[in-house]
Amino acid sequence: MAKPLIKYLKPSNLNLIRELVASDFKLRYQGSVLGYLWSLLRPLFMFGVLYVVFTHVIRLGNSVPHYPQYLLLGLVMWTFFIEATVSGMNAITGHGDMIRKVSIPKYTIVVSTMLSAFVNFCFNMIIVFIFMLFGHIEFRITLLLVPFLIVELMVFALALSFILSALYVKFRDLSHIWDVILQAGFYATPIIYSMSIVPKRFIKFVALNPLAQIFQDMRSFMITPATLTTKQVFNSQLGRIIPILIVIALCFIAFWYFRKSSGKFAEEL
Amino acid sequence: MAKDIALSVKNIYKDFLLPHERKNTIKEYVLHFSKPTYEKQHALKDISFEVERGEFFGIVGRNGSGKSTMLKIIGGIYQPTKGSVQVNGTLTPFIELGIGFNAELSGRDNVFLNGAILGLTRKEVQKKYNEIVEFAELERFMDQKLKNYSSGMQVRLAFSIAMQAHNDILLIDEVLAVGDERFQRKSIEVFENIKKKRDKTVIFVSHDMQTIQQFCDRTMVIHDSKMKFIGDSARAALEYKKLNFPELAQEITVDSDSLARKDQRAGTGKVRITKYEILNEENQVDNIIPFGKKFAIKFYYESAEKLEDVVFGVGLKNKKGDSVYGPNTKESKFPLSLNKGKGEIVMSVKENVFSPGTYILDAGFFNDSQTISHDYISIKNAITFVGIERHGYVYIQPEWTIS
Repeated sequence: MAKPLIKYLKPSNLNLIRELVASDFKLRYQGSVLGYLWSLLRPLFMFGVLYVVFTHVIRLGNSVPHYPQYLLLGLVMWTFFIEATVSGMNAITGHGDMIRKVSIPKYTIVVSTMLSAFVNFCFNMIIVFIFMLFGHIEFRITLLLVPFLIVELMVFALALSFILSALYVKFRDLSHIWDVILQAGFYATPIIYSMSIVPKRFIKFVALNPLAQIFQDMRSFMITPATLTTKQVFNSQLGRIIPILIVIALCFIAFWYFRKSSGKFAEEL
Repeated sequence: MAKDIALSVKNIYKDFLLPHERKNTIKEYVLHFSKPTYEKQHALKDISFEVERGEFFGIVGRNGSGKSTMLKIIGGIYQPTKGSVQVNGTLTPFIELGIGFNAELSGRDNVFLNGAILGLTRKEVQKKYNEIVEFAELERFMDQKLKNYSSGMQVRLAFSIAMQAHNDILLIDEVLAVGDERFQRKSIEVFENIKKKRDKTVIFVSHDMQTIQQFCDRTMVIHDSKMKFIGDSARAALEYKKLNFPELAQEITVDSDSLARKDQRAGTGKVRITKYEILNEENQVDNIIPFGKKFAIKFYYESAEKLEDVVFGVGLKNKKGDSVYGPNTKESKFPLSLNKGKGEIVMSVKENVFSPGTYILDAGFFNDSQTISHDYISIKNAITFVGIERHGYVYIQPEWTIS
C-alpha cells in the first residue's frame, strides 16, 4: 500500500488540491466583505441559543466549569465535522462535469472539500482562543497535543467522506439518511452536555465514539483537565486506543471502497 | 527500423450496462428485491490501432458511433471492458476545453485552476501566464469574473491554457470550431506549428472532413462501434461520407455494363478489352485513389489477330463530362503491337493531381492514325479520387516568386 500512496501524492496532485481549496476559499469569501463574518455567524448563533438554553432554562451547563468555552469548542468541532462530511459526500457528484471530461485523481476532490472545511475550522478556532482569553483559561502545555487530535478529527471526517461520496454516486437518497444520522449524532456525542452526566449503562458506548474521544480530549487539553475523557471512562489507555483503531479501520475501508468505485464514477454520474 | 509508437490500443471492447429500471436510491434497493435486469450496450467492439510519435491521427464517426467513448478510454476517463491501452509518454487527460471553469471566479483565478486540472504547477502557470493571456487576447479582462466573458472569450482562454499543457500526446475533440474567424485561424496556425515540429502526437476527433484531411496523416472511421477503416485521411473522409450518405455509395459504385456488353461495343472488334483493374500505390486493386499518390490502371485484352502499330488511349472525364485527362501510347512515344491472344497493358501515373470526385474511365484501341477504333469502353464511376477540394480540374503545387 505504500507505493500507491506515494503515487497519489505527486506534486501535480497536491497542486491541484491546493488550487481547488484556493478557488473554494475565494468563492466563499468574495463578493461580501462580511463573507468571513457570515461563516462565523452560524456556530456563534447556535452557541448563543444553546448557551442561554442550557445555563438558564435546563441548567445543564452550570455544573460544567468554563461551560461557554466548553460548549463553543464542541460546536466548532461539530460544525467542522458536519461541513466536511456533507460537502465531502457531495464532492464527487458535485464535480460530475469535471469527472466526465478529465481524468484527474478523484481523491483530490474529496480531500480538497475536507480542507476547505478545515480552513473554516481554523478561523472558528481563533474565536475559541479569544473566548479562552476572556474566560481567563490558563494556556497549558497540553495545548501542544491539540494538533494530533485535530489530525485525528480530519482523518476521521476524510475517511467518512470517501465512503459517503462513493456511495452517494449510487444512492441518491443517502443525503437524507446522513442528515438523520448527523442529527442523532448531535445528541449522541457530548457536545452540549458533559459526558459525566451520561448514565453508567450507556457511558461506554458513548465514550467509544471517536468524536466523543476527540471532543473530550480536546476539552481536557485546552479548557479544563476536569473533563471526563474516554480514557478515564475505561480507566486505561485502551479508551484512547480503541477509538483511534476505529478511525484507522475506517481509513482502510475508505481506501479500499473508494479505489474500487472510482474507476466507474465517470460512467455512473 | 522499429517504429516509435506513442499510443497502442489493443482489442478494446467497451460495454455499458443499461439497467431497465435504474435504482438510484437505497429505498428502491430495499423495496424491490428482484434482481435488476440489464441491457448490454456495446459501445466499442474490438478496436485496435497504433499511433506513431509525431503523428496526427484522426478519428471520425457519427454521433453515437463510439468515437467519444474511444477518446475517453484513451484519456483514462473510462475503463475498457476488455483490451488494453498503452501510452508511451504523457497524455493530456482532457477531452474538452475549460474544464472546471467557474463563472464566479476571475479570469486570472480560472487560469490557475484550469492549469492545475491539466497537471500544471502554479510556477509553470505563472511562467506562462503572460503568454496565455496574450494568445487569448484578453489582457484587459483578466480581473473580471468569468461570467462577464462572452462564450467566445471563454473558449479562447480555455484554448490558450490547454495549449500550454506540456504533454506529448494531445487529445482534441472538435476544438478548431471555436472562437471567431480570426481566432480560428490562429489556432490552426498553432496546429500547423505542432505538425511542422513533429514533437507532439495529436489524436483529433472531428466531423469536419476538410480539417481532418488537412491535418491528419491517418484517420480511423468508427461506425456502429466498429472500426470500419483506418489509413489515408482523404480515403477515410470518403468512407465516412459513404457510411453516412448511402446514396453516395451508389454514386461511386462502378457501372461496368459497358464492359459486359462486348458485342454492342463500337469498333472493329479485332481486339477486346476484357477487364480492367485500378491499382493503388501498394499495387492492390482499389478504385479509390488519394490525392498525391501513385496509381495505375491495368487493362486485360484479347486480340483476335496480330496487330501492328496500334494506339491505346485512356480518358478520364469528370461527373459533368468534361474531359480532364486523355493520354495515349502514341503521344507518349510508346510503340505498341499486339500478338494474337491475351495480354495486359498498364498505364501508371506517378502522382494523382486530379480534383476529388468520381470519374468516368474511357479506354480504347485504335489504328495508328486514330481514325478507326478497334474497341472502346466507357465505364461510369470507374475511379474515385479523394482529397481536399480545390479550384480547377487538377492541382499541381506551384512555386511563387515576386520581383
